[in-house]
Amino acid sequence: MSSATPSPAIPLPRPTTLSKPFWDACREGRLTVQQCNDCQAYTFIPQPCCGECLSEKLEWVESSGRGTLYSFSTVYRPQQPMFEVPYTVVIVELEEGYHMLSNLLGVEPEDVAIGTKLQVAFEERSDEITLPYFRVANDA
Amino acid sequence: MKTPYEGVAIVGAYNTIQAKQLPGWTEPALVLDAIRGALGDAGLTPADVDGVNVSTWVTQLNSRTVCQWFGGRPSWTGTSHPGVESVLEAAAAIQSGQAHTVVIATAQCGEYTDRESTVSWTRPENEFVECWGLYTAAEFALMAQRHMHIYGTPRAALSEVAASIRSNGALNPDAVFYGRECSPAEVEASRMVADPFRLLDCCITSEGGAAIVLTSTERAKDLDVEPIYVLGGALDRQGNSYVTAPVWERYGWVGRRAAEMTFEQCGLSPKDVDFAELYDPFSFEIIRQLEAFGFCKEGEGADFVLEGRIRIDGDLPVATNGGILSYSHAGVAQLLQKPIAAVQQLRGQLAPDLTLHEPKVALATNGGSGALFCDVMALGKEQV
Repeated sequence: MSSATPSPAIPLPRPTTLSKPFWDACREGRLTVQQCNDCQAYTFIPQPCCGECLSEKLEWVESSGRGTLYSFSTVYRPQQPMFEVPYTVVIVELEEGYHMLSNLLGVEPEDVAIGTKLQVAFEERSDEITLPYFRVANDA
Repeated sequence: MKTPYEGVAIVGAYNTIQAKQLPGWTEPALVLDAIRGALGDAGLTPADVDGVNVSTWVTQLNSRTVCQWFGGRPSWTGTSHPGVESVLEAAAAIQSGQAHTVVIATAQCGEYTDRESTVSWTRPENEFVECWGLYTAAEFALMAQRHMHIYGTPRAALSEVAASIRSNGALNPDAVFYGRECSPAEVEASRMVADPFRLLDCCITSEGGAAIVLTSTERAKDLDVEPIYVLGGALDRQGNSYVTAPVWERYGWVGRRAAEMTFEQCGLSPKDVDFAELYDPFSFEIIRQLEAFGFCKEGEGADFVLEGRIRIDGDLPVATNGGILSYSHAGVAQLLQKPIAAVQQLRGQLAPDLTLHEPKVALATNGGSGALFCDVMALGKEQV
């Protein structure tokens, strides 16, 4: 079932100088995003400058970790064999307005629906990497 | 009217053998075969070539190495990737007098070795993508799913697209899937890959090479060949492929800007297009492009295809050689095979059952929504 915890052998992120703050925060159970100190726009994935105004004054700020299911695909033919099928890939629209890719946990494929309220759910995958998955929000 | 590439003609187009796998072939051997084939098609000799654009994926063959094959004679090398963009780059080089005759070639083979995983070049390595098990089909599925949610696009429309294009390939003796007829019901019954895409919604993987030759219209007059003209073309790029989330509202209409610029360059509109070699990595992408390019309104692409209009006997046949769903999907070579398919159809060179009645204007496209880029070009039997 899709709620199965993904195999720990999946390929894990290799943080870069740019992305390290994001992954460090995940390890502490915090979802973060870059926000522009000049125009307040959010930028994700990590960039050296603001996607709206090119300002370098980006700051890592805490995201609510709450959002809605924007789109999804339940995958039956895995990217690589260590991914246990089926698994559901989602685009989450966070409350702050930015979008991120993740996997949806705890929902059967036939029950996945665009618009469902979601919240981040961290799962430790290695000493360095904790991945931000999503589950249906408690109050949904 | 004065079009941007009016002094340029495509005079040679050639595909090597295409197959699921080509044991015994190498990329350089396929490229050489493709170059010889395209020059032969044009009636040109190696000494006529003063511009080269060659690149390959696996062995990283490059233009300057291939210039050595030509005895070091060519002076111009292109840097664009194979496909629509490289044809436009070469046309601009000829139009501006930097080169007179350019050959563009590419090939791919020796890549399909791991049957347990999806093909390596479909697997993104980005740290915000790879760990979620994404690959090309899932990326495009995220776009399709959102479109289906907004417009109520039915599953049946996807099946009709795949069956239409695969039916063309079934009639093309050069297609990897020649003879493999396909109905919408068969698409519907094939196994699920990445919801909503079933196996037959997805393009195939294969190996092969391709080449195209452009020269000046002045030079083309001396050749015993029917020249095909580049009427216009433009790119639409929205950042790296497979890195950021493919958000429909932000990227879903990618290619629209390129189509609008293309039509503006040559004073044509979608109603002037006789057939379209649209990029067909997944069935849904045809519906999306029909809407994005103005062949129908947003959300009406499903009705368009369900009326049979993209079938070979419809009013806008799509992927007339069988496309990458059925003809061939040889890595990067398939990008160049879109303009080649347009040239061959305009010249009446496809199998009789696939030959349209005196088509004059074609569209060829590369790239799709899940990849966040879509390039468009218009080709014509006559200048406009």
